[in-house]
Amino acid sequence: MHEMGIAYSVLEAVRTEAKRHPGQAPCKVGVRVGELAALDPDALRFCFEAITRDTDMESLQLEIEVCPFRHRCLDCGHQFVVRDYQCQCPQCASAKTECIGGQELELAYLEVEEYGASTAGAKNTQ
Amino acid sequence: MERVPLEQKILSENDRIAAELRARFREHGVLCLNLISSPGSGKTSLLERTLASLPRQDKVAVLTGDIQTENDADRLKRFHFPVKQITTGGTCHLDARMIERHLADWPLADLDVLFIENVGNLVCPASYDLGEAAKIVVLSVTEGEDKPLKYPSIFFKSDLLILNKVDLLPYVPFDIRAAAENARRVHPGMEIVKVSCLTGNGLHEWLMWLEQRRRTVRSLTAEAVS
Repeated sequence: MHEMGIAYSVLEAVRTEAKRHPGQAPCKVGVRVGELAALDPDALRFCFEAITRDTDMESLQLEIEVCPFRHRCLDCGHQFVVRDYQCQCPQCASAKTECIGGQELELAYLEVEEYGASTAGAKNTQ
Repeated sequence: MERVPLEQKILSENDRIAAELRARFREHGVLCLNLISSPGSGKTSLLERTLASLPRQDKVAVLTGDIQTENDADRLKRFHFPVKQITTGGTCHLDARMIERHLADWPLADLDVLFIENVGNLVCPASYDLGEAAKIVVLSVTEGEDKPLKYPSIFFKSDLLILNKVDLLPYVPFDIRAAAENARRVHPGMEIVKVSCLTGNGLHEWLMWLEQRRRTVRSLTAEAVS
């Protein structure tokens, strides 16, 4: 249960990025969470709502993209979703494959908009 | 509305500190190992056995993490190596900043091996890089042999699986072959060592693994100097 710490890290990154956009307010932040990242998206949403409630970031939305466990074949280049830990290439049956997805814990994007009554950070503006 | 790409790790601040620690470990030739398991799998017992078998003059130290109490540090201090407890006060994992802070008054030049005993938890410690050279996951035979499938992240990221408490195998319905197969399904080719910290069975193999890693660090450091 380290989703609270992750939620704080997301919020901190949003605040840092928001400083680069004076006159605009952050309205949505997109994160990528890998299937194998040992993080529960629902718990992250819950924590994020809890720490932004009644703050200047209350209206900030969190969008979570869950990224599947993926491998790439080193022989034929085929990229595939790994199910049930079967890492063999389904196209050429090679066992030489490498992990290319599933461990993500990343900030993807931030959406900002001109300050308005409903925007996050609006309480801080003049 | 404008969309700004961020493209950074959520734990980038932790990763930054971990990278600094890793560079410092490399510079001073310190082998740092991060031990992770469920509560009660035997991380502290393994360290007790390990410290007891190492020569006193070896430059070995331990950072041991728990939510509360100094009990583990007290157990490990008996072996006359430097030991420090990290009490997280509720946090379910160690992070790189805690390691950095607790290393502040330990000159790395005086260290060859640093063991970090993480908080007992198979989930959250997997996400936090501590600058270690390798993660080691400990699983005991009183747990389920499907643990690698239930907690794939930590088994995927660990270089070595230590299957502990093998002295109990006659008394528990634990399929050790299935456990090894499950670990290697999640992490093909994973190294596995079977030990009993009670009887000492298998510890030699673990100590050989440790010695091999120490040798690698020594040769890398010698290369850097020459």
